[in-house]
Amino acid sequence: MNLIAKPSKENIKTYVPIGLFLISFSLLDVFINAFFNFNLMVFLPSQLSYFLPLILGFIGFYLIRIEFSGVRSLDILNKNINSNNFNALLTLFTIFIIIKSIPPMLDWFILEANFVGNSKDDCTGDGACWVFIKVWFNRFMYGLYPDSEQWRINTAFLILFAVVGASFFVSEKLKKYFILFLVFVFPFLGIKLISGGSFGLEYVESAAWGGLSLTFIISAFAILFCFPIGVILALGRRSSLPAIRYISIGFIELWRGVPLITVLFMSAVMFPMFLPDGTFIDKLIRVLIAITLFEAAYMAEVVRGGLQALPKGQYEAAKSLGMGYWRMNALIILPQALKLVIPGIANTLLALVKDTPLIFVVGLMELAGMIGLAKTNPKWLGMAMEGYVFAGLVFWVICYAMSRYSQNLEKKLSTER
Amino acid sequence: MSKIIELKNVNKWFDKFQVLKDIDLEVAPQEKIVICGPSGSGKSTLIRCINRLEEHQEGNIIVDGTELSESTKNIEKIRAEVGMVFQQFNLFPHLSILDNCSLAPIWVKKLPKKQAEEIAMNNLKRVQIDDQALKFPGQLSGGQQQRAAIARALCMEPKIMLFDEPTSALDPEMIKEVLDVMVDLAKGGMTMIVVTHEMGFAKEVADYMIFMDEGKIVERAKTKEFFENPKSDRTKLFLSQIL
Repeated sequence: MNLIAKPSKENIKTYVPIGLFLISFSLLDVFINAFFNFNLMVFLPSQLSYFLPLILGFIGFYLIRIEFSGVRSLDILNKNINSNNFNALLTLFTIFIIIKSIPPMLDWFILEANFVGNSKDDCTGDGACWVFIKVWFNRFMYGLYPDSEQWRINTAFLILFAVVGASFFVSEKLKKYFILFLVFVFPFLGIKLISGGSFGLEYVESAAWGGLSLTFIISAFAILFCFPIGVILALGRRSSLPAIRYISIGFIELWRGVPLITVLFMSAVMFPMFLPDGTFIDKLIRVLIAITLFEAAYMAEVVRGGLQALPKGQYEAAKSLGMGYWRMNALIILPQALKLVIPGIANTLLALVKDTPLIFVVGLMELAGMIGLAKTNPKWLGMAMEGYVFAGLVFWVICYAMSRYSQNLEKKLSTER
Repeated sequence: MSKIIELKNVNKWFDKFQVLKDIDLEVAPQEKIVICGPSGSGKSTLIRCINRLEEHQEGNIIVDGTELSESTKNIEKIRAEVGMVFQQFNLFPHLSILDNCSLAPIWVKKLPKKQAEEIAMNNLKRVQIDDQALKFPGQLSGGQQQRAAIARALCMEPKIMLFDEPTSALDPEMIKEVLDVMVDLAKGGMTMIVVTHEMGFAKEVADYMIFMDEGKIVERAKTKEFFENPKSDRTKLFLSQIL
């Protein structure tokens, strides 16, 4: 089997060009096949021509696999995607699949898709019918909120984004007031603005709220409240007072052990039965409380992980300086523990945002819910794919932004170095 | 002579294991006491009882006229008066050295920030790391961290300082810089109780030596007498092994 010499430094001048040529040729073959539907090897028997790119690419990868070649880029390439025959095959397969899947995706998303028009009949191509998103866009953003009042939602979110944006540019001292405003004033101001009923604003009941704005409202309130409750539960679970400890454990385990969908259903349907006659709590508020407590239980366990990771010496040092329980936790323990569990907190909050579509079980329609509603409209049947791709994209953008922010925060708070 | 620390008949158990047995100890203001003994003899537990990092189950501990009991108010009052330095430094890694030092004066003694930082800088100067004030603990050497920890305790202006094996976690060449600070502190008239194996330091500053074994105080003697003429056989054996 010594027909050809093992690739090595001696024959690098001949083997590498041949290898690279074979790989390029095999990729080109697959590319032309995928994009132009033309088989370069049409003169060969069909089975052979099908496997030829794989065989040629495999031989090519074998020829360029030269240890310590002295060429930096070749070494990096070999180390990462071509360390042995099996990895070379995996590399080829992955590249082939990517090349093969681009044309149909391109077709569906853009080339064959329809962008103009205002009814389903305008969608004549084989691709996506983006007209659906365009026509329903207003509903996807605002739900059933009356068109003439939508400026109120816009104003609320504009204020929010303006304050958040401005807080990045102002001094530390002013920033503190901005944050206090965002946490203690804005949520109630915003809700008042959106629900109306006073200051000459028309009352809009929460059942009419919906779409992406409802996603934001629910996520923001749940995040705002589940965080402090979670921290208190985490501290409670580690308390030396048995009553507090057992209440915390009971609460956490109860809420963690029940599916969110059940919790939502009970909050909306069963809970009112237990209330005395005549009392009425808005459905949205009940749902909000349910989501908040549910996520707080998860948050508590994440925070507890951080608390347990701190060495005992930190507690002792704080105590030995005369700090009481609350000062010790607020100044020494929590700042360190929370910093440690930023990835876990981000995880929980992302899950929270992505859990919001579940509120459809109680008849509230946020973004995904509105899409579900729209796709069952008789005039727009068969639009599920477009709708959910759109929903997926929007959720991804929101969650990716949150994820980036958490990574930034981690970097900013790091005192190692 | 009035006593600033008084332990009467103190007993302590970890579950069923008795770590402190009938401890009686009196410390006068400005006295320096060094406690030595084999590991597991209860030396650390003893000084940790004095600021209630450990609870004792029997007996009385009176610090500066206040008796240690369940009362949280008493405990916090005593802790604010008793500074403690740990083997592992236990600096707060998320705060700069300056903040480490000024945090407790600001939040526990309610001093204005400016005044607290002034006190912090003075104490950092005293332990000669004022040039590191804005760095974080992770950026300092072990010896510097321990000196920062001493400065942090001093910022509360304590009447008593407890040292729990302050040099045991340090590289040999850093031990001296920490001991120098402690000698300086002793000469300044601070009441000190030090658990350490550094006998050179003990000879230089201690008024009294205490030797502990198996939870009991085996021997308590003036420093000179302790080293030159130890009474119990256990002490003699211990000294012969470490000197």
